[in-house]
Amino acid sequence: MPKFELSEREIDAQALARGLAHARAGACATFEGWVRDHNEGRAVLRLDYQAYAPLAQSEGERIVEEAREKFAIVEARCVHRAGTLAIGDLAVWVGVSAAHRGAAFEACRYIIDEVKKRVPIWKNEHYADGESGWLHPDNTPVEPGQR
Amino acid sequence: MNYRVLYFASLRDRAGMDAEQINSLATDARGLYHELRARHGFTLGEERLRVAINGAFAPWGQTLHEGDEVVFIPPVSGG
Repeated sequence: MPKFELSEREIDAQALARGLAHARAGACATFEGWVRDHNEGRAVLRLDYQAYAPLAQSEGERIVEEAREKFAIVEARCVHRAGTLAIGDLAVWVGVSAAHRGAAFEACRYIIDEVKKRVPIWKNEHYADGESGWLHPDNTPVEPGQR
Repeated sequence: MNYRVLYFASLRDRAGMDAEQINSLATDARGLYHELRARHGFTLGEERLRVAINGAFAPWGQTLHEGDEVVFIPPVSGG
């Protein structure tokens, strides 16, 4: 089963969380990213996610693998939506199980932070005023070492 | 040489297409982006993009080969 998945369908968070269960796990931390109705002071009606799927898949897998190397965890998974989403929809889900809560929290945080930084997925927000726009939020140059 | 270029997000909107086949004299992604930037009027500078060649992140100066798939990756906004 892939540790990272791009999904065109609704995310089943409960089923995903059950998949993290293990006899060695005493903690489970999950993160849910939801579509909210505003950004930067503008009213948002819905959004579209576009992804470069093959690279999103491999980079997402790499991030989960990094989390497994950095933290003492048992299982980890991440699912990110693609396509059109409405306000309140679950856009991204991260779940980690571990023997203890510290590693579970830290790995969960690591995965969502790195996904937002590195995985080639883009958000197009549709605003109440009829405008829309792709978000390219990083106004600083990408790290020189990666160029 | 012939390359296949895929576009995403604002670059896709600006180019008005998802992908194109390009015949170019450029031998690396940097040269190819300069050419495409002039053709399509892209506003994102090279310093804000990353490059993927055949599905993997690559340096701007990596030599391109016939048939390579090249993608210029604008700053991402998932999550």
